[in-house]
Amino acid sequence: MRDVGRLLRRQPLGAAGGLIVFVLIAVAVLAPRLAPHGPKEASFAPYLPPSVEFPMGTDQVGRDVMSRVIWGARLSLYVGLVSVVFGITAGSLWGAVTAYVGGATDIGSQRIVDAVMALPPIILALALMAALGQSVNNVILALVVLLTPTAARTIRSVALGVVASPYMEAARAVGASRWRIISRHLMPNCLAAYIVLVTTNVSYAIVVEASLSFIGAGAPPDEPSWGGMLTAGIQAIETAPWMIFFPGLSISLAVFGLNLFGDSIRDVTDPRLRGGLG
Amino acid sequence: MGSYVVRRLLLFIPALIGASILIFVLMRLVPGDIAEILVYQTGSETSGVQQKQIQQIRQELGLTRPVIIQYLSWIGGAARGDFGKSYTQRRPVWDILRERFPRSMELAILTLVLALIWAIPLGVISAVHQNGALDYVARIASLSGLSLPLFVTGALILYGLVRVFHWIPPLEFVPFSEDPVENLKQLIWPALAQAYYISAPITRLTRSQMLEVIRQDYVRTARAKGLAERAVVYRHALRNSLLPVVTFVGWWGGRLLGGLVIMEIIFVVPGMGTALVQAVSQRDYPTVQAMVFVMAVVFLVVNLVVDLIYIWLDPRIHYA
Repeated sequence: MRDVGRLLRRQPLGAAGGLIVFVLIAVAVLAPRLAPHGPKEASFAPYLPPSVEFPMGTDQVGRDVMSRVIWGARLSLYVGLVSVVFGITAGSLWGAVTAYVGGATDIGSQRIVDAVMALPPIILALALMAALGQSVNNVILALVVLLTPTAARTIRSVALGVVASPYMEAARAVGASRWRIISRHLMPNCLAAYIVLVTTNVSYAIVVEASLSFIGAGAPPDEPSWGGMLTAGIQAIETAPWMIFFPGLSISLAVFGLNLFGDSIRDVTDPRLRGGLG
Repeated sequence: MGSYVVRRLLLFIPALIGASILIFVLMRLVPGDIAEILVYQTGSETSGVQQKQIQQIRQELGLTRPVIIQYLSWIGGAARGDFGKSYTQRRPVWDILRERFPRSMELAILTLVLALIWAIPLGVISAVHQNGALDYVARIASLSGLSLPLFVTGALILYGLVRVFHWIPPLEFVPFSEDPVENLKQLIWPALAQAYYISAPITRLTRSQMLEVIRQDYVRTARAKGLAERAVVYRHALRNSLLPVVTFVGWWGGRLLGGLVIMEIIFVVPGMGTALVQAVSQRDYPTVQAMVFVMAVVFLVVNLVVDLIYIWLDPRIHYA
C-alpha cells in the first residue's frame, strides 16, 4: 500500500497510465461478459445512431458497435502482447548472442538488420500479410518480423558494453562455459533494456495492427479490429460518425495509457533517465 | 571524412540487396499472379483456354524462369536505372515513379516543416517553464499527439472538413507548378495530421535536451555576463540541444515516404503509398519492387546526410 502511495506521488502520470492499462486488460478479459452482443452478430438494422439499446450505435451491416469495441480490446491486447513478447524476446536473444560471439557472425547479422530496417515498416507488413494471407495470427507473425531486428539492434548495443566489462573477463578467466556466461552474466545485465523494449513496444504493435486493418491488410474484415472499424466509419463519415468516434477513442485511450505506463517503467528501471523524458 | 562517406556508401549495397531480395521473395509468395488476375478478369469460356492464356502471359513476362534468374535480371536492370514495365499500367515503371515520387516528396517536406515549426518552440517553452503549468500543457499535448494513431487524427480532420466546410478530397491531383493554392489546399490537411503525430517525439526530445543543456556552466556564464534571457535560451542553449534532435528528425524524414501511406489513402493523394498498396493487391511485381527500392534508397541517403550534418554541426565529433 505504501508502494502504491509512493508511485502516485513520484509518477502521477505513470499511475494514471497504469489505471488505463488495468481497465483495458479487464475489458479484454471480461469481453464475453461485458459485451451485450457477439462481435460478428449482424442481426440489427444498419446505421442506427447511439441509443439506450445501442449506446454506440450500429454499423454498416447492423452489428452493435459497443460489442465490437469491447471485443476489439481483446483483439488489440492479444496481438500487441503476443507479438511483442515473441518479437522482442527473439530479437534480444539474437542481439545478445551475436554481440558475444562477435566477428563475422556479428557483422553478417547487422547487415540483415540493416536490410529489414531499410524497408518502411508498414510496407513490409503489407507485403508480409499479402504473402501469408489475412488472419489474426499472421498479423502477429508480421509484427514479430518488424520487431525482431529493432530489438536485436538495441540489445546488441547494450550487450557490447556488457561484454567489454571486467566481470565478463573475470567469468571467462575462471573458466565459465560460454553458455553459462551468456545465460548467467550477459542476459541478466540486458534485462532492464529488455523490459523497456517490451513495455514501450506494446502500443506500437497495437497501432500497427490497427493500421494494417485500416488499409485492408490486417485481420479479416469481420474481426472486431479498431482499425478496421475506423475504415468502415470513414466510408460512412457523413451519415454515421459514431462509427469513427468510439473505435477511435478506444484505441487512442489504450495507446495513451500504455505510453504513460511504459514511460514511467522506463524512468524507474533506468536511473539515468529518471525524471528526464516525459 | 572522405573514407567515412565511402564506407557508409559501401554499406548501402548489402542493405539494398537484402531489402530487395526480401520484397522480391515475399511478392512471389503472394498467392495468385498477374497472369491469373488478367485472365480471370476477362472471363474466357473454358478452363483449358484460360490455362493456355495464363501460361502465355507468364512466358511473356518471364515469370516461368527460376526465381533466382528473375531476381538477377531485375537487379541488373535496376542497377542501370531500368525498373522494367508495370504489368497493369503497361508503361515503364520509371514513368509512374516520375509522376508519383514528387507528390509524396512534397507531402513529406511539408509535413516535416510543419512539425518542426511547432515542435521545437513547444519543447523550448516546456523546458524553460519546467514543471510549471505551461510545461504540463505542452507535455500532455505532445503525448496525446503520440497516442492518437495517424488514421484517427486523419479521420477526425476529414470529418471536421466534411461537416464544417463540406469539403471532400478532390479526385484530381493539382501539381504545385500548375496551381500552388489548389495544391496546398489538398496537401495541407494530411501534412498537418502527420505533422502532429511526428511532432510529439521531437517536442519531448527538445525538452529533455534543453533541460540538460540549460544546467551547463556555459549557460550560467552567459547569464552571469548579463545577456538577455532570450539570447541565453535561443543563442546558447537551444543551438546546443538541437544535435540529437537533428538525428531523430532525419530518421523520421527517411521513414516518411513509406509512412505517408495512411494519409494518402484517407485524403486521396495519388502518391507512392497509394500506388504501392494498389500494386501489391494487383501483383504488379515491377512497380512494388521499384517503389520499395526507391523508398529504401531515400531512407539510407537521408540517414547518411543527417550523420554528415551532425559532424558539421558538432566539431567535437570525428568519424575516422
